[in-house]
Amino acid sequence: MPAGEIRVVINSDQDIVSARQEGRALATKLGFSGVDATFIATAISELARNILAYAGKGEITMQAIHGSNREGILVVASDAGPGIRDIQQALRDGFSTSGSLGLGLPGVRRLMDEFEIRSRPGRGTVVSVKKWKQ
Amino acid sequence: MEVPILKQGEFLIAMFQAALSDADLENLRRGLLQQVVKFRSRGVIVDVTAMDVMDSFASRTLREIAHMIRLRGAETVIVGIQPEVAFAMVQLGLTLEGVSTALDLEEGLAYLIEKSKMTD
Repeated sequence: MPAGEIRVVINSDQDIVSARQEGRALATKLGFSGVDATFIATAISELARNILAYAGKGEITMQAIHGSNREGILVVASDAGPGIRDIQQALRDGFSTSGSLGLGLPGVRRLMDEFEIRSRPGRGTVVSVKKWKQ
Repeated sequence: MEVPILKQGEFLIAMFQAALSDADLENLRRGLLQQVVKFRSRGVIVDVTAMDVMDSFASRTLREIAHMIRLRGAETVIVGIQPEVAFAMVQLGLTLEGVSTALDLEEGLAYLIEKSKMTD
């Protein structure tokens, strides 16, 4: 585990709470505004929820990142679950937020500045999101 | 973590804390409905001032609580949604459609009192 990386294993609904609390604490420590810290914590909550709902278990890691002239946070949610067959569909709004078991991915994308997803059916899913300090 | 439910005349007040898990929210939903039945309450205030994250599950549970309580013939009002939480909810695409909201506990109580006058 690289220095300064925080890792939260997601295995139960209580872990969702731990992950978002860790995320808010790190964001606040890095100097993010209250709004941005809330965005980051909310995005982590949704990512952790996806892991629990679709893969049963997985992990969320978070760490400070340094751009050329900016500072930010990187959050990676990974699992070895069933994967997402149709990523384009998963990234469409109606698919995610309206239903009771939505993926919430379009929302997470709006909350953060950068969003990347890699998934292979049967192998798992990795969602990486970044937010930069204003 | 248990959410305290206070009885205030014909109303109930539930105070949410920051670190509620999904199981806590489900317990609260059950507890609130039981107490509304037991006390024949006319209204419920759910105070979310302390909640620093409102994700899809929390929003859905709040909506369900309000709809269940309405089916019982009582009113629910959600109070104290923090501005940054409201901002994040909108970005996430979450709505509390059909659910009444008010600024704080005081305004929530005023709203319920007004509502119950209209139905008397």
